[in-house]
Amino acid sequence: MTEKLWPDVSLHVVSGKGGTGKTTVAAAMALALARDGRRTLLVEVEGRQGIAQLFDTPPLPYEERKVAVAPGGGEVWALAIDTQEALLDYLESFYNLKRAGSALRRMGAVDFATTIAPGLRDVLLTGKAVEVVRRADKGAHDAYDAVVLDAPPTGRIAKFLNVNSEISGLAKVGPIRNHADLVMGVIASPKTAVHLVTLLEEMPVQETIDGVAELRAANLPVGGVIVNMTRPPVLTEDQMASAIGGDLPADAIRRSLKRCGLGAHEDEIVPALIREAEDHAQRVALEDREMVRIRDLALPTFVLPLLPGGIDLGGLYELAEILTEGGVR
Amino acid sequence: MTRPTFAKAPHLDVDSILADPSIHIVVCTGAGGVGKTTTAAALGLRAAEMGRNVCVLTIDPAKRLAQAMGLSSLDNTPRMVPGICAPDGSGSLFAMMLDMKRTFDEVVESHADPVRAQQILTNPFYQALSSSFAGTQEYMAMEKLGQLRVRAQAEGTWDLIVVDTPPSRNALDFLDAPARLGSFLDGRFIRILTVPARGAGKGIGRLAAMGFGFFTNVLNKILGAQVLADLGTFVAAIDTTFGGFRERADETYALLKDPGTSFVVVAAPERDALREAAYFVERLRTDDMPLSGLVLNRVQDVIDPEFTSEQAASGAQLLTELAGDADTKNAQEARLTAALLTLHAQRMNLAARQRHLADRFTAAHPGVAVSSVPALAEDVHDLDGLRTIGSLLARAR
Repeated sequence: MTEKLWPDVSLHVVSGKGGTGKTTVAAAMALALARDGRRTLLVEVEGRQGIAQLFDTPPLPYEERKVAVAPGGGEVWALAIDTQEALLDYLESFYNLKRAGSALRRMGAVDFATTIAPGLRDVLLTGKAVEVVRRADKGAHDAYDAVVLDAPPTGRIAKFLNVNSEISGLAKVGPIRNHADLVMGVIASPKTAVHLVTLLEEMPVQETIDGVAELRAANLPVGGVIVNMTRPPVLTEDQMASAIGGDLPADAIRRSLKRCGLGAHEDEIVPALIREAEDHAQRVALEDREMVRIRDLALPTFVLPLLPGGIDLGGLYELAEILTEGGVR
Repeated sequence: MTRPTFAKAPHLDVDSILADPSIHIVVCTGAGGVGKTTTAAALGLRAAEMGRNVCVLTIDPAKRLAQAMGLSSLDNTPRMVPGICAPDGSGSLFAMMLDMKRTFDEVVESHADPVRAQQILTNPFYQALSSSFAGTQEYMAMEKLGQLRVRAQAEGTWDLIVVDTPPSRNALDFLDAPARLGSFLDGRFIRILTVPARGAGKGIGRLAAMGFGFFTNVLNKILGAQVLADLGTFVAAIDTTFGGFRERADETYALLKDPGTSFVVVAAPERDALREAAYFVERLRTDDMPLSGLVLNRVQDVIDPEFTSEQAASGAQLLTELAGDADTKNAQEARLTAALLTLHAQRMNLAARQRHLADRFTAAHPGVAVSSVPALAEDVHDLDGLRTIGSLLARAR
């Protein structure tokens, strides 16, 4: 087993281009980090209820709920942050103003703060995640060993996390600014790692590379890259080369098909198999090129397989196991 | 090649939409990462090559797709795409990338006198609002669509606008954001904030008299005095110059509802993308929006559907056993053939899973026409790539 990565990190932020499976990876990471009796919290901020679907539970309220047990007796809890609730929560805990909440809602101020006001929504979302992380420092009874945040997509991640810069244009001093500073104190620190999920395709890889550059430029701590939904090689290198070159031996294939009782439709089957192999080999060659670009980032890299039956709880454990092997524990 | 067919769904006839002179707007929408922008560009190119004068408005295209359309910079102006081959030289294609901040600035500049515009443009609140993603991008995409439509009608430049929707948190955001921003700017909260500016100094006193004292106190406590002051100035400036944001939002919304608009929902044959597509289809129905159908991208195609995955898998197993570890020519051939059969079985399984997901969508939304595009090995880099996608989209059954 490789050594443990990110031993000091308590906030793992998982981002990725849409469609790369970042919610799945975040869930697998929460499971991996909960091994052997630890307790992790998986946080969702986009109101999709992706966690509930993944763990096959009813929609999550704005409340921490246990969703799974990890190998060795750990627990994974989950929280779906609702922006409006988070705002009221924030008003209550910082200003003791819960009662004002309903008045603000009537005025349209809650709508404003949570949907339109630039940056405020992100401050609330990241602020809640950071509040949970900070419980551990305070030794609170409901503290977690690690928090995994299923964050917005790569294109928006630096902006989402860098709430300080969003807010600094608006508030140079004042309570909101203080709160933003507090949040950034955790996010831009060695306590946090931002992981990016990608597929071995041009666009998501390019977004990953751009995302890493953007995070670095904003002084946000980059963690690892998770290459998701990879397929194991079926062809050997030599077979791959002949498939790409279009010189797979049709006669030999025909002979073999006869040997396994598939000789009857060989005229249709042989050209189909050859075309499929060519198509496959092209795709693998593209994937190899993209993998080189990922390796060039020189970040800890995890390779997760495409689960043939789709994602279920069993599949999540399988992915968590691979992350653990790779040092996420 | 046998194309992937989703027998239970009616076929989406893309060409008849693109050729229909009464259709002036095509909106491509769907979850992130399903190829929405590529679909929009391919539809635009195909329409242009059918002789229409098209403008494609893209929100956030991948670099190479932008290059494919000859877009190298984000300058918020439609640029002519060279290399269009319409039969009698009649069609044309323009493309632009949305510059959200620039669009907002232009709205301000065209509605305010220079002094007032300057005041707004330099206000920190405006600067943050106009460059933030939370709702502004959706609003500006719709604003730009409205502008292009007006220009198209006035100058006769384009008879079809194809628009791609922003990569929202969820696909519904762009329908709601304009109304939300409009109702906020016309709302009570804003009127309260603008009282100080209108009352020229007496504002806070008047607020207290009106019983809003506690409210401003709360805001002060949360936001701080400086933020509140900036917000007040911003809102007052924007309020007096625009008056009627809601009206604009309503106009955009009406434009989308018009029978001259056609919504195309884009998805990939994956659980999440199809779930999002289903939400969107329902929403469009509820709002009486003109839905044309679903484009299903990245579908695994099947070369020989008669040759099942079970046959292939059992053949592969038998050959692997026959070959063992032997190093004979026979064994090598058997191993190669076994590998090819395994690939075929995997492909058939994937196709079956995708078909299952697509059928489930169709069972829930039986009237929605579908056009499917097979997964291509490489991303689109040039007009030829877009042309290929366009013709795949338009294939008849």
